[in-house]
Amino acid sequence: MLKQLRHLWHVIRRLTGDDAYEQYLKHHAAFHQASVDAPPALSRKEFFKLWQDSKWKGVKRCC
Amino acid sequence: MMNKNLKLIVWLLVGIVGAYAVAGIALNRGESINALWLITAAVCVYAIAYRFYAAWIAAKVLVIDETRATPAERLDNGRDFIPTNRWVVFGHHFAAIAGPGPLIGPTLAAQFGYLPGTLWILIGAVLGGAVQDMVTLFFSTRRNGRSLGQMARDEIGAVGGTAALVGTFMIMIILIAVLGLVVVNAMKHSPWATSTVAATIPIAMFVGIYMRNIRPGRVLEASMIGVVLLLLSVWGGGWINQHETLRGLFDHDGLPLAYAIIVYGFAAAVLPVWLLLAPRDYLSTFMKLGTIILLAVAIVILQPEIHMPAVTQFIDGTGPIFGGKLFPFVFITVACGAISGFHALIASGTTPKLLMNERNIRMIGYGGMLLESFVAIMAMIAATVLEPGVFFAINSPAGVVGKEAVDAVAKINSWGFAVTVEQMEQLARDMGETTLFARTGGAPSLAVGMASIFGSAFGRHLLALWYHFAIMFEAIFILTTLDAGTRVGRFMLQDMLGNFHKKLGETSYTPSVILTSSIVVAGWGYFLYIGVIDPNGGVNILWPLFGIANQMLAAIALCVATGILVKSGKLKYAWVTALPLLWLVIITTTAAYQKVFSTDIRVGFLAAADDLAAKLYSGVLPPEKAAVAPQLIFNQHLDAYLTLFFVVVLWVVIIDMLRLCLRYLAGRPVRKLSETPHEPSRLVENWVRD
Repeated sequence: MLKQLRHLWHVIRRLTGDDAYEQYLKHHAAFHQASVDAPPALSRKEFFKLWQDSKWKGVKRCC
Repeated sequence: MMNKNLKLIVWLLVGIVGAYAVAGIALNRGESINALWLITAAVCVYAIAYRFYAAWIAAKVLVIDETRATPAERLDNGRDFIPTNRWVVFGHHFAAIAGPGPLIGPTLAAQFGYLPGTLWILIGAVLGGAVQDMVTLFFSTRRNGRSLGQMARDEIGAVGGTAALVGTFMIMIILIAVLGLVVVNAMKHSPWATSTVAATIPIAMFVGIYMRNIRPGRVLEASMIGVVLLLLSVWGGGWINQHETLRGLFDHDGLPLAYAIIVYGFAAAVLPVWLLLAPRDYLSTFMKLGTIILLAVAIVILQPEIHMPAVTQFIDGTGPIFGGKLFPFVFITVACGAISGFHALIASGTTPKLLMNERNIRMIGYGGMLLESFVAIMAMIAATVLEPGVFFAINSPAGVVGKEAVDAVAKINSWGFAVTVEQMEQLARDMGETTLFARTGGAPSLAVGMASIFGSAFGRHLLALWYHFAIMFEAIFILTTLDAGTRVGRFMLQDMLGNFHKKLGETSYTPSVILTSSIVVAGWGYFLYIGVIDPNGGVNILWPLFGIANQMLAAIALCVATGILVKSGKLKYAWVTALPLLWLVIITTTAAYQKVFSTDIRVGFLAAADDLAAKLYSGVLPPEKAAVAPQLIFNQHLDAYLTLFFVVVLWVVIIDMLRLCLRYLAGRPVRKLSETPHEPSRLVENWVRD
């Protein structure tokens, strides 16, 4: 039961983008830490700005 | 083996129950029918279509390949290309496609009775809308998430691409105008509705600032605060409604409210997204999902009786809400609940960039549309549980039934639908409104329907709160579509202007932003203004125009899909998209022809213009009507040309597609398929690693 609730919470956070920053950090660690001169990860605030601005390019809502 | 037999039996049962329910609603000629019949019929039809037709399309027509890497896997950049769990993609996709259309269309189509609209919502979605969404999603996924316009250009030719672009732009203008009109009609002389809708703006801004600066990225937390504030604003609106002086501040005619929406639309297009659009979108998505689930639960608990007849006499074209016969106008009016061209824009572009595996295409593309269609069924139920007399009293414009309550009631009674002035006054008092006569546009009648369903399920004394909650819920995502649409229109215009003058194409260049936003807002603002001053309510003109434009865009998407199928050597399966395409071409062309050339002044634009001009010159019009007549005459002509333009665009794309198919079949060279080459997938779908 508790496991299912936790799973649901995961889904909700993923759906709403609440965990987008954590996902980004994971992606960053996995793909961009290979070389020494890779740029450091963005801060939560910087990332959220970028994420929100890129999300609203193009058709996002319909009739 | 046993298991297989069991499955077969279960599906046979679903089929029998579904057939029984569909036959039940279709053949019922009794007093009334329970809403559960509609729900049962819908669920069974969807289940069978999803299990068999969609699976067959996925396996045989599209030949979905689970081992093929999707664009999200190949181009993963952590931002727009992200392999995402299928339920999450489904959520995003559904939130994007489900707008106010499937709520308004069925409500208006209920003037023909519950049966025609319901049948088209089911058949249209299963054979048309869901197929369109699914194949578009598939083709875009195989092309790195390219947009419908780009695919049309790559696969058919420059003409098709341009037509898709222009079509999208025009549909946006008409759509926003009609949505604006719906909100204006819901707020007209309703201090409660107006103050609640007004309060959503600062609430959204607060949530925006909270997410951006106070607690960056805490989306859930901010949204929850926003939802609580929204609910408080519904309650606060009731308080304002009781207050002597505050009441006056929010009590307005249609025209000032229309101007307010126009100013708001411009501001929303120019302001940064994070301040208004993005937070409003979160709030509207939460409200939308919450309300739809609540409505479904309430219908199942309450099992309301449907009071509207299966078919009304208005199938002959004399309906008060919009003019026009059952064929083709029920198809044009239901629009998004059965098939929506706009979905092709979401299914190409955004969603394919998130797909982890091609096998999810059936669930997201086909399944997403089925859920949208289910929302349309619920809207149909909410409209038809009302007494038909009440339904027509709310939705008939004053220009048709008369301004005075007594005249309106007499007219509606003469159609054979019982309603009294006292009944309407009592209903208005229950809902906390001064009047519910001639509240056209579908939102108020849907809100009354929802309030009576919620009221009976969760407490009758709260009717007025439920009514205004429903109005707020509709308004908030209508305004989201309005904001987002204006912005998309602006981007498209900037893109086009960028071809002539490079600087104008920069999305952050302020003069260009102001110029293009003004053009887009002026475009829909004009149609909104005319809709408000039109004594016949404006909905009669704008909704069919929107329906035609939307179905035309769907036809363009199906053209692209059919062209690709033929070019891929799948001629024998091309009927999957060609059949709905053929049907859409028949209904849009017929509807357009009638809208332009019909001699019925409630259908034909030109006839209406001539009739009004004749009345104006012979001096029979009262002064207030004579004052606006020249504008209305001009507008009818403009609408006629616009409709012709839509049809020409559609036929150009069709002919281009047919030319391409014939060339291919004759073995002559055609544009190559733009599909990206096969790359094996290395992803295993296992998203709970964290």
